[in-house]
Order: sequence, then C-alpha cells, then structure tokens
Amino acid sequence: MTAGASYHGQPVIKAPVWTWQIPWYFFTGGVAGASAGLGYLCELRGDDALARRAWAAAMAGICVSPALLIADLGRPQRFLNMLRMFKVTSPMSVGTWILQGSAASTAIAAAHAWFGLFPRLARVAAPAAALLGLPLSTYTAALVTNTAVPVWHEARRTLPFVFGAGAGLSAGAAALIGADPATAAPARRLALGGAAMELATTTLMHRGLGEHGRPYSQGRCKHFDQAASGFLAVGSALLAARGSRSRTAAAAGGVLLLAGAVSTRWSVFAAGRQSAADPHAVIDPQRAGIARGERIGGARTEPVARDAAAPAGPAS
Amino acid sequence: MGSNMAEQHPVGFQWVIEAKERGAKVIHVDPRFTRTSAMADRHVSIRAGTDIAFLGGVINYVLAHRRWFTDYVRHYTNGPVILKPEFRDTEDEAGFFSGWNPDDGLYGIDTWGYDGTGGETAGGKTEQTADVSGDQSQGAHGMDLEGGEPPHYDDTMEHERCVLQVLTRHFARYTPEAVADICGCAPEDVVAVAEAMAENSGRERTSAVVYAVGWTQHTVGVQNIRAASILQLLLGNIGRPGGGILALRGHANIQGSTDIPTLYDILPGYIPMPHPQRNPTLDTFVAENGPATGAWGNLRSYMVSLLKAWWGEAATEDNDYCFGHLPRVDGDHSHYAMMLRMLDGGVQGMLCVGQNPAVGSANSGLMRAALAKLDWLVVRDFQPTETALFWRDSPDHEDGTVTAQGIDTEVFFLPAATHVEKDGSFTNTQRLLQWREKACEPPGDARSETQWIWHLGCIIREKLADSEDPRDRPIRELTWAYPLEGRDAEPDPDAVLAEISGCRADGTYLDSYDDLQDDGSTSCGSWIHCGVYKDGVNQSARKKPGTEQNWIAREWGWAWPKDTRIIYNRASADPDGRPWSERKRYVWWDETSGSWTSLGDGPDFPPTKAPDYDPPRDARGLAAIAGDKPFILHPDGRGWLYSPTGLTDGPLPAHYEPQESPFVNALYGQQQSPTRQTYPRDKNPYHPSDGVAGADVFPFVLSTYRLTEHHTAGSMSRTVSYLAELQPEFFCEVSPQLAAERGLRHGEWATIVSARNAVEARVMVTDRIKPLRVQGRVMHLVGAPYHWGGVGIVTGDSANELLPLSLDSNVHISEYKVSTCDIQAGRRPRGPARVALVDSYRRRAGVRE
Amino acid sequence: MKLEVHTWPATYGEQAQPRMGFFTDTSICIGCKACEVACKEWNHVPMQLQGFTGNSYDNSVDLGADRWRHVAFVEQRLPADATDGGSLVQIAERGAAIDAGVQTYQEGDGVRWLMASDVCKHCTDAACLEVCPTGSLFRTEFGTVVVQEDVCNGCGYCVPACPFGVLDKREDDGRVWKCTLCYDRLRDDQEPACAQACPTNSIQFGELDELRERADRRLARLRDAGQDQARLYLADEDNGIHGAGAFFLLLDEPEVYGLPPDPVDTVRDLGSIWAAAGAAALALGAGLAAAVLGGRG
Ligand SMILES: Nc1nc2c(c(=O)[nH]1)N[C@H]1C(S)=C(S)[C@@H](COP(=O)(O)OP(=O)(O)OC[C@H]3O[C@@H](n4cnc5c(=O)[nH]c(N)nc54)[C@H](O)[C@@H]3O)O[C@H]1N2
Ligand SMILES: Nc1nc2c(c(=O)[nH]1)N[C@H]1C(S)=C(S)[C@@H](COP(=O)(O)OP(=O)(O)OC[C@H]3O[C@@H](n4cnc5c(=O)[nH]c(N)nc54)[C@H](O)[C@@H]3O)O[C@H]1N2
Ligand code: SF4
Ligand code: SF4
Ligand code: SF4
Ligand code: SF4
Ligand code: SF4
Ligand SMILES: [Mo]
Repeated sequence: MTAGASYHGQPVIKAPVWTWQIPWYFFTGGVAGASAGLGYLCELRGDDALARRAWAAAMAGICVSPALLIADLGRPQRFLNMLRMFKVTSPMSVGTWILQGSAASTAIAAAHAWFGLFPRLARVAAPAAALLGLPLSTYTAALVTNTAVPVWHEARRTLPFVFGAGAGLSAGAAALIGADPATAAPARRLALGGAAMELATTTLMHRGLGEHGRPYSQGRCKHFDQAASGFLAVGSALLAARGSRSRTAAAAGGVLLLAGAVSTRWSVFAAGRQSAADPHAVIDPQRAGIARGERIGGARTEPVARDAAAPAGPAS
Repeated sequence: MGSNMAEQHPVGFQWVIEAKERGAKVIHVDPRFTRTSAMADRHVSIRAGTDIAFLGGVINYVLAHRRWFTDYVRHYTNGPVILKPEFRDTEDEAGFFSGWNPDDGLYGIDTWGYDGTGGETAGGKTEQTADVSGDQSQGAHGMDLEGGEPPHYDDTMEHERCVLQVLTRHFARYTPEAVADICGCAPEDVVAVAEAMAENSGRERTSAVVYAVGWTQHTVGVQNIRAASILQLLLGNIGRPGGGILALRGHANIQGSTDIPTLYDILPGYIPMPHPQRNPTLDTFVAENGPATGAWGNLRSYMVSLLKAWWGEAATEDNDYCFGHLPRVDGDHSHYAMMLRMLDGGVQGMLCVGQNPAVGSANSGLMRAALAKLDWLVVRDFQPTETALFWRDSPDHEDGTVTAQGIDTEVFFLPAATHVEKDGSFTNTQRLLQWREKACEPPGDARSETQWIWHLGCIIREKLADSEDPRDRPIRELTWAYPLEGRDAEPDPDAVLAEISGCRADGTYLDSYDDLQDDGSTSCGSWIHCGVYKDGVNQSARKKPGTEQNWIAREWGWAWPKDTRIIYNRASADPDGRPWSERKRYVWWDETSGSWTSLGDGPDFPPTKAPDYDPPRDARGLAAIAGDKPFILHPDGRGWLYSPTGLTDGPLPAHYEPQESPFVNALYGQQQSPTRQTYPRDKNPYHPSDGVAGADVFPFVLSTYRLTEHHTAGSMSRTVSYLAELQPEFFCEVSPQLAAERGLRHGEWATIVSARNAVEARVMVTDRIKPLRVQGRVMHLVGAPYHWGGVGIVTGDSANELLPLSLDSNVHISEYKVSTCDIQAGRRPRGPARVALVDSYRRRAGVRE
Repeated sequence: MKLEVHTWPATYGEQAQPRMGFFTDTSICIGCKACEVACKEWNHVPMQLQGFTGNSYDNSVDLGADRWRHVAFVEQRLPADATDGGSLVQIAERGAAIDAGVQTYQEGDGVRWLMASDVCKHCTDAACLEVCPTGSLFRTEFGTVVVQEDVCNGCGYCVPACPFGVLDKREDDGRVWKCTLCYDRLRDDQEPACAQACPTNSIQFGELDELRERADRRLARLRDAGQDQARLYLADEDNGIHGAGAFFLLLDEPEVYGLPPDPVDTVRDLGSIWAAAGAAALALGAGLAAAVLGGRG
C-alpha cells in the first residue's frame, strides 16, 4: 500500500541514529536483568551452583551494557550528563538510573555469590538486583516504543513482553551453557518457557501491528526475524529433546536460543529503521485514522473566528 | 514577460506579491513555467524569440477593438503625427522598411521621419553605419522641429499616413491565430492577455510591464521593448502611478553602470561619444546630437559642464572646453567586437574587471581562443575565475586542443574588494541611487576599484608629468584630486559623488540640471545626476523609513533626474492638468499657485509651465515643449509610438525569427532581422534555419537562463558553500515528451550538442517545460541555466560553450535566449572524442563556418 | 492517560515572555531559499553537499543537523483553469487529455508548483524535549525548544522521537542540531535570521497568539478567493502535539510537503508504554519464579 502522496519519496521522520551497539545492548541488558532474578531465586531455593552461574551472567551483562550504551553516544565523554536529571518521560533517563542501580546491586550480589564478600550488603543487594533486573529487561522496549517510529510505537503494548520473554530465555540459556544438565532444570524451564513466550509474543506483536508491521516482512528485518524463529525453534527442540541429558546438547541449545534472542532484537532494531525510512509507514496510518474519523489530524481547511483572548500557550 | 522576476529579482518581487494581495492580476509570459509563473494568475507559454509576434497580437487587438486610451494617445503620443510619404512599411517591402541598403546591410533612415522634417535627424545620420552606431542607438537623438511641434499632424488620427493608422496597418496581420501559430500558444491566450491589459488601463487603472533579459537577449532585443512601449503608450500607462515599463536590471549596479557608463559609445548621462570626423568641434557635436527642442536642447550646457568637471581649469572657452580631449568612437568597440578583434590579434592587453567572459560570454570557446591571443591580461576579481585560469584549466585543455605551454598570455590577478568592503551607491531599476556604507576593510591585498584606478591614474600621470606630447594632455590636465581616507588611501567616494552632482565656479552646489550653463560657469560630472549632492548633502544616503513618509518615499535615496520617482509624470494628469481620476491622482496643475503639485513626487516637467502653454515658433530647449506634452526628452514632447530615429533596425517592431530557428518566418519573407550582426567563421558557425538543408540536425530550441541560487557566470556563487549546495550541478530542463523521444532519464545525464561544442548536464524532466505546437509541428525546448564552469566548490560544463555570437545591432547584445541544439542521452565523450562528435554534427548539418 | 509535563511559562516567573513563533504562509513563498541561506550563515551551519537530487529544485532534501530550514518544491500537474472556472466537463476533458499524455500546451494541461519552507515546529508537546535524558533540550522563556550544545551527549533519543523528523545527529560532531528559533537573536530583541531574509514575508515571526489570528484571516481570504485547497496546519491545539510554535498555511495535504498529516507526540502514550513495560517486567518476574520455584512440584 504505497498509494497517496509523499514528498519525493523522502522519509517523514528520521531513522534512529543508533548503531550496532544498541540491539546488543537490548540483549545484554536482558541477560543481566533476568539473570539477576534467576540468581536470586536460585539462591532462595538453595541452588547455589546455578545461582552462581546466573550471577556470573548477570555480572557479565551489566558490565557490557553501559559500555555499549556509552560507545553509542555521539559524545561518550558526556555520558554523565545522563545523570543530571531523572525524567519519567524519558525511558532512557529512567533506564540509566535503573542500570546504575542494577550495576551496583548486581556487583555486590555477584561478589557475594562467588566470593562470599559483603554478606550484609548482599542481603539487600541481591533482591534489589533481582527486582531492578525486571524493569532493566523491559524498559528498553519502552525506550524504543516511546518514539515516533510507527513499527515501534504501535507495538508499545506488546514489545515489552517480547523483550521480557527474551530476557528470560537469555538468562536461562546463558545459565545452561556448561552447566550440569542434572542441576539445571530451572534454567532449562526458563529457557524453554522464555523461548515459547518470545515466539508467541512476537507473533502477537506482528499481528497487532497489522499494516504497521510491514517491515517485518521486508529487507534485513525479515531476515533477522526468520533467523530468530529458526534459532528459537531448533534450540528449543534440541533442548527439549536432549537438554536434560547431554551437556553438549544443552550448551548448543543454549547458544541457539541466545542467537535467537539476539536476532529478535536485531529484527526489532532493523524494523525501526525500515519503518522510519518509509514515508508511507508514517503517512498512511495517520491518513487512515483521519479517514475513519478517529482523529482530526493536524490541518484544518475552515477558518474559525478566533477568540482573541484565548491563550495560545500550553494548556497547563 | 521576458523576465523571471521571482527568481532573479526576489527582493523586488515582494512588491508584486504585495500588489497581488491588493487585487492585482499577474500574468507571466515565458517559455518555461518558473517560480514566477507559480505565483502568477496566468502563465502563457510561448516559443522563445517570438515576443514581438505575441505583443503584436496584443497591440493589434487593442487597435482593432479601439481599446486605446484616446485622449492620452491624441495629446501625449505621436499617434496623430503624419509621416513622410516616402516611408514604406514591412507590409510593402516584404519584411523590410524603406531605406534598406543590401550592400551595407544597413538602413538609411531619411524616409522614416515626420512629414515636413528635413530628412536629417538631430542624431546626424541619413545613412547609418553600424560601426559607429553609438550616437544612433543611445542617448540624444531626435530631429529639429520648429517650436517643438511636428510639421503635420491630424488630431482625429484618421489621416492615412498618421502614426496611428500606420500602426494599425502594420499590426493588422498579427491576428490571434497567426500569432498563436508562431508563438505556440493558444489564440485565446493572446486575446486574454490583451483583454486583461485593456481592461486594466484607462483613466481609473494602470498596468505595468516588467521585463529583463528574456527580452533583451535577442537579435531583436530592443524591438521587443519597443513593442511594449507601443502597447503601454496606447493604453496610457506611461508616466502614471502603477504603470510603466520596468527593466529589471542585472548586476546590483548595472543601471548605474549605464547611467555613468562602462559602455564604449556613450558619455555620462547618455551623451553620445563624439565621432572622429563629423564632430571636430563642440559646436558641430552639439548641432549633430542635440535636437534644439526638449531637454536635450541644452546638450551644450550638459557637455560643457561635463568637460569642466573632467578638465577643470584647463577647460576654457578658447580651447572648446577641452572637447578635443575626449576620445572618439571610430568603430564598434562593444564587448564581442573587441573579443573578435582580439581573436584576430588586434588587441594586446586587457583589463578584465568584474567580468568572467570565459563563462559568461556566448561561445566561450571563442572567448578563450581570443584571450590566448593577448600579450597580457589583468583580472581583478575576488578569486581567480575561469577567465584568470583559462591558460591553465579549461575544456580545451581537457579536449587536448590546447596546452598551458602553448599559451603565451601573461596573466596578472589582482584581488578586488567586495561591495561590502567599500562605500558607494547602487542605482536600481527605478533610477534610484542608494548609498551603502563600508561594513569592513577588504582583506589582504584586496582594494576597491576606486582606490586601484585612482592610484593607477596617479602613476600614469607621474610618468607623463614632463611630457610635452599633446596626446598626453588629456591625462595630464585631468582633474584628479580627491581627499584620501582610510588605511588604503582611498579617494573619498563622497567627493566623487559631489563632482558628479556638480557645482558653480564659486563652489556652491547645484540643485538640478536646469542650473547647468554652457559658458563654463558650472561643472557637472553627469547632467542627469545633477543635484544628487544638492546643498552639500549626499542625497542618495537618505534613509528615512517608509513608515515615516508616504508611499512615494521621497526621502529614501535619490532618483535621477531631479529626484523624480515616476518619470514623465506630467502624463498622470490630463491635458488640462487635472488628474485623470481620483484613484490615479499623482501630479496635477494647481491653478491657485500656478504650479504643478503632487502627492509628494516632483513634477518631471517645468514646475510652473501651465497646461495651456503654447511655445513660440523660435523656442528652444524645454521652452519649446508645450504645456500638454509630458515626454520632455523628446524634441516634440510626445511619447513615440513610432520611432522616427534612434534605432538601427526600424521605426516599428516586426517579427523576425532568431538567428537559429527550427521555423520559417510566417509573417514576412525576410527570415531574420536584416540588421542583426553575425560573425560567421570557423569558431562561430551558425546552424541552418528551417527550410535550409541540415536544419533537422539541430531540431530543438535551446534557451539559457538563471537560477535564484546562483549568480551569472557563477564565480560569486559556486564558490560559496551555502549557495553551491543548493544547485550543485549543471542540469537541463526538458519536457516528458522530449525525454521520451530521446530516451532521456530524469536525474541521469544528457549531452547537448551544437556546432560550437557539446556539454553534458543532468536531466530534469519536468511538466514545467511544455512542447508547443508551432506551424503544425511540435517544438521542443531544452532549457539550460548558464552558471557553471570549471572553478569553485561545484563545477560543471558551461552552457555558453554551445551558443553562437549573433547580436542586436542597436546595443550589440547577444542572442543568449534562443539558438538550436540536439540532445542525446548519456554523458559526453571526453578528450578528442568530444571534438569528433561536434565535427560529425557539423558535417551532417553542412556547416563549415 | 496523559501525563502533564509542561511547566512553561511558570518556570520562568518574571522572565517569562510571550510565546514566539512562526506563521509560514506557503501561498506566497517563491522558493528563493533565502531563509535556508540566512539560517546557515547566522548559525554557522556547515555545508551539506548532496548533489543533484532531481527533486524539482530541492537539492537540500530535508531538515537535519545541517539544515534547519528547508524549502520543499512540489510540481503537480493539474487541469488548466482548474481554479478559475471552466465547466466541469471541460476540466474533466483536460484531465483525460493529461492522462493520455498531451502533446502541447494548447491542448491544455497546467502545472502547479508548490514551495514551502519547513522548520522545527517548536511543539507545545515536544517529544524531543520530553525524551531527552540530559535536559539538553529545553524550553526557553519564549516557549521555544532549543538544544544546549554544551549539554547534549549525542544519545540520539530525540531523533526518532520527533514526529516531523527535524532533528538529526551531525556525524563528525556527535551531537544533534536543529533550529533554535534564533534564541540568541530573540534575546537581543531581533527577528530570526530566516524571517528577516524572507523577501515575501512568507515567514512571519511574532507572538503566537497574534500569528494565529493573522493566519485565520489569511485562510478566510484565500478561501473567499476560491482557493479551496488552502488549509492551516498545526495552528490549533486540538492536534497530537497540542499546537505548534511554528505553523503553516498549506495549499495541499501536509504529506505532499513531507509533513505528517496527523503528528502525535509519542509521550501522549507514555502511560500505556510504562504500564506495558511494568506488566512485562512483572510477567518476567512471574516467569522466573515459575521456572525456578514451580519446578519442584
Ligand atoms: N539569483 C540571480 N539573480 C539575478 C542574476 C543571477 O544570475 N542570479 N542575474 C542578474 C542579471 S545580470 C540579470 S541581467 C537579471 C536577468 O533576469 P531575468 O531576465 O529574469 O533572467 P533569465 O533567467 O536569464 O531570463 C528570464 C526568463 O526569460 C525567459 N525567456 C527566454 N527566452 C524568452 C523569450 O524569448 N521570451 C520571453 N518572454 N521569455 C524568455 C526564460 O525562460 C527565463 O525564465 O537577473 C539578475 N538577477
Ligand atoms: N548563456 C547565457 N549567457 C549569458 C546570459 C544569459 O542569460 N545566458 N546573461 C548575460 C548577462 S545579462 C550578464 S550580466 C553576463 C554576466 O557575465 P559576467 O559579468 O562575465 O559574469 P559574472 O559572473 O557576473 O562576473 C562578474 C565578476 O565580477 C566579480 N566582482 C563582483 N564584484 C566585484 C567588484 O566589486 N570588483 C571586481 N573587480 N570584481 C567584482 C565577480 O566575482 C565575478 O567574477 O552574462 C551574460 N551571459
Ligand atoms: S541579490 Fe541583492 S540585489 Fe539581488 S535580489 Fe537579492 S538583495 Fe536584491
Ligand atoms: S518539531 Fe520535533 S524537534 Fe521540533 S520541537 Fe517538535 S518534536 Fe522537537
Ligand atoms: S541527542 Fe542530545 S538533545 Fe537529543 S536527546 Fe540526546 S542529549 Fe538530548
Ligand atoms: S529561526 Fe533561526 S535557527 Fe531557526 S530556521 Fe530560522 S534562522 Fe534558522
Ligand atoms: S525566504 Fe521566504 S520566499 Fe524565500 S524560500 Fe524562504 S520562505 Fe520562501
Ligand atoms: Mo545582466
């Protein structure tokens, strides 16, 4: 559907300037966030071996994440300007604070889990890391959906679940790699459940997007999306069939699932670029909304007699 | 018509928008749909080079439907004047006027005059020579009329030899249908434009015509404007508010540079340059060039005052006020004539100041070849231009036809100060001088022209200080003392302006040219500017905001002559001196004070001359102009529907095809303007026109023009990042139909070929260019902006590689606006292959020179 | 749900100024690009050479880090005399002639050339400002939206947040740039450079209240004159950005000029965005718990 006018086929909105670091950041943030939860819960359950693996994964994720984030900045040395304020309207601001909190608490919790350091602090830090890990895993969806990019914005109700599921599966999958299958059942369940959920929510998201979802069936985005489904399906099958017996199968399944989670994030990222680059992705749904009478749009053809005293500033 | 005002004069165009907001209708007649057309109420697309036909159609409509403004025409124009019985029109002579001399290719004009005049015009010519066309084409001209009155006239305008009747017969064949077939418009377009003009003229309303180089750059350039003058005079639109013919001038001060000319054949204030043989003395000069009646009747005063301004003390009655010091025009020294002479080895050196002929002049290849014949060349510009670098980099170097080693010209480059780095005035389209102050000092070695020329003059004078040679006297005796100021010892431009404005022997300032004397007691550098330094005040520097005065804004700048904002404004009142209408009130006769009064402008008329003033038979000068004759520069005070003198190519406009045209002249047997100047030679071959073998080799019309984003030859815009990026590449505009015919793809490349050269351009396929149906065939236009060259941030082939030299004989302007070409898809060949391509076209078209 | 985030002009207390803005009347734009050039000169915006685009006379493509004013050129075919009468049949015939690929002008196809100068809208609800994590984007005392170049860290969030595609990152510099509504000039009581350069007054600068009244009068006049394509864009507050500081009179649909027909400030949906993110976080928590704790049974 590319009927109707555009300006020489030029995009209406600007494509995100973010580079490769950002989809990876979505991934590492998810790994870190959900792994902290896994670690904490395993600790609660007394499964220390698995907990340590999870805390390690969380630690790795939380170390890489800010590095990726900073590397993507146009002026990395000004990263600290992020901490000038806390803005609820800016998921990036909120996320930065979550990331700070997560980093601090995860570090302490991991240090405790592995080396027994800071036992008192860890009592607070571990649950804090687990808790902060949850929004850390999903806020990135808020970050991208809170933009004018149609394929993102219109997925605002579903994308967080895709990212949440992906975080869960990543944490599970990460913990599986190299672990003894016998003791890794929770991780396996998490990985399998997460994978199923990611597939399901992704499908839901695509459906819900309708016309907006066109990028997922085009270009780079489509390839990432297909790769994700493939990785997830094969990984899950392998894991389900042999994951409880073979260490190698578990590891391979885990790697495949991780690849699936990464691919999903890349497909979402690519979808944003493609959607922004297509003027009709922006114009057509807006036009349709106006045609359906749901919205009045930005233009008006009838002159109105204006009350000279009416304020023109913001309503508040 | 003939201008793209929104694009080329955007700042002036705000007033068109303003007028439109107040209800004015805007009509744009242009081969292309431009940014001006986009703002117009109606756009009429016509074939380039057919304006006389179109305007002829409009004039014919006005005449045939008796839509002219009778009272105005009868009293204010030469419509009633009876012409000589010997006069023959193009009707009778198959496209020629009487007096055609095929051997010289020139007209003798003695049959063109008013009946009863002696055959001699005051311009002094019974037979013109295009070589010495100066005193015919510019400035003073006219005829001797007793008491300022034509010997015979018929106020009923029914006499068959009266101008109005001659006009009616002349334009009768310009029917809407005939015109449409020539111009490629619809007959209704002609009628609609004529109706709109007629409807919007008369007592209550006025219409204005605006033109620029879309009209002038033709072999019939001057006659295009003459046609508009006829229309405007018939409709009573001259000398009245909202009327007129506005020439949109080119470079910021191009008007100023014709008023105080950089032209070879006139002196300041349009005084003709003397002729070597015929003007040995001041008296013979004045007798030949100054009609006795009208404002030119005082030519002697203007001339003597000018000589006093230039040679001061040295100019005395005994030595004819140094009249002998003036140079003489001994031939055509216009730009192209000079370049051709250069090509033939007749010019040793050139000072090229503020010009870039290697890109801006037609047939750039010929221009470069000419430059290569120079011993030395000085270029004064902001940065080295294509002209300054022609010896090193040029398309010819790329083609391998010349090498830097093969060019012996020694080139000097002198950096110039820009307009913001010097004080001075700009004169605009409306004759308004506006003073501008220096914003900063020029950088490095850059200097203003004034500074450079003055110091150069000093050095020359120093070298000649001891010379006894009489030929050095003009330079040694020149008044050359100005107060110097600033870092660079710059002559004070205020002092220069004061000299131009003029003063009496006692040093007191003059008010207007009425004060000028012929006895050496006044000096004045330019009679039309007399008074610009009135009361010792730089009047052009007045800048009282428009909000603090009425719309005439008399206290903003200064307009020549006599600070008159609307010239010939006596015509804004009826013959009895009453306003034509309340709406159009401007200047009128006030019975009680016995003087002309106005809304704020000064009368362009003797202030106390009553409307019923009837000059005595022996009156001279302005005294010979009757109280109801507004056109005081003419010896009869009338506006000239018919030009008995002043033009080389005929007293009336007639449609001729351009030098190169895919069509035959459908109106007359004569194809092109008989007096056009052509220079057939190997470097300047012409394409065959329709009907001649080979015409189909160059089947398309090529027209060149400007873009808002660039300036002329481009060295002021292609070098400026903010402009360069806006139009980065040379492109051509073609219609979708031509694109389909020639396989041209939007955004890709095309090669445009002429017998002169081949250039490549990006293709812009656009509905704004329309194929026109002319003489039953479809005509295609290739449009090309001419701003590109080899130097700058953005570079490209130059359109002027393609054009031939063919000139209007009145003013020697080249026909940049029409020639023919072929166009092919794809980039042009490089190196010798380009030469071969052009050669193959030449062979096919059968052109050898 | 709509989160109120605006505190302007209250934040400025005594120093608050009337809200200033632009009314760009494209019906009198002659496409001279003086506004583009003036903006670049005044603000030292670097050159951005993009070559010949073929987009009519527009070779500067769009708004971005290096182009804060952009003049759009749209060529349209339309039946001749479409606006000044002619019977419907005649118009239809001409239309048909156009589709059939008319040969010449006499046969009556017409063109329309629209020009419009675009700029940052200085939205009332400015997504760019709202999503900026550093506070680099802020609202001035004139109600305009400005990037503080000494604060911006180039996070790029504002870029896809703007529903008009105004902002972009300057590659070699790392920060984002856009129209400041000539904040420096406003503080000196001067008109913005672009408006001052505009010869036809297509760009009108002033107090927003006054401009909106003027625009309505203009629209009424054009409609009276039969210009039924004329419309005001973003002049009102009932749209998705709650009105703009820079609004336009257009002669065709906004998208023809590259403007979104129904721009919406993404932050309007912030409630549902956070709600979904929160719910997903909880769901993740539940999933984790189920996986780890639920396995026992
Ligand atoms: N931005 C900008 N402004 C300029 C200049 C510039 O280079 N750039 N140059 C300045 C100078 S030096 C000059 S002289 C003026 C020139 O100002 P204009 O005369 O307005 O300039 P052009 O674009 O050369 O030609 C005007 C129009 O004439 C049309 N035309 C061509 N042939 C014919 C014809 O036979 N009949 C009619 N009716 N129209 C025809 C062309 O299509 C074109 O649209 O502009 C001045 N202003
Ligand atoms: N094909 C085609 N050719 C044309 C035309 C056309 O329409 N079509 N138009 C013709 C017309 S109307 C014109 S006016 C000519 C213009 O042709 P040119 O006059 O040859 O070209 P410009 O680029 O205007 O050259 C002016 C030069 O003066 C320099 N300059 C500016 N100010 C100053 C100053 O104060 N001092 C000095 N020393 N230098 C200065 C500029 O940098 C520039 O290089 O082109 C003509 N050629
Ligand atoms: S360039 Fe100068 S002279 Fe030409 S329109 Fe602009 S302001 Fe006027
Ligand atoms: S138009 Fe875009 S950049 Fe400008 S204020 Fe609105 S959201 Fe911000
Ligand atoms: S790029 Fe700069 S202005 Fe934009 S959101 Fe980030 S910090 Fe704010
Ligand atoms: S207001 Fe200033 S910064 Fe904004 S577009 Fe105009 S000139 Fe540029
Ligand atoms: S300066 Fe004015 S007229 Fe020129 S392009 Fe900009 S808005 Fe249009
Ligand atoms: Mo010119």
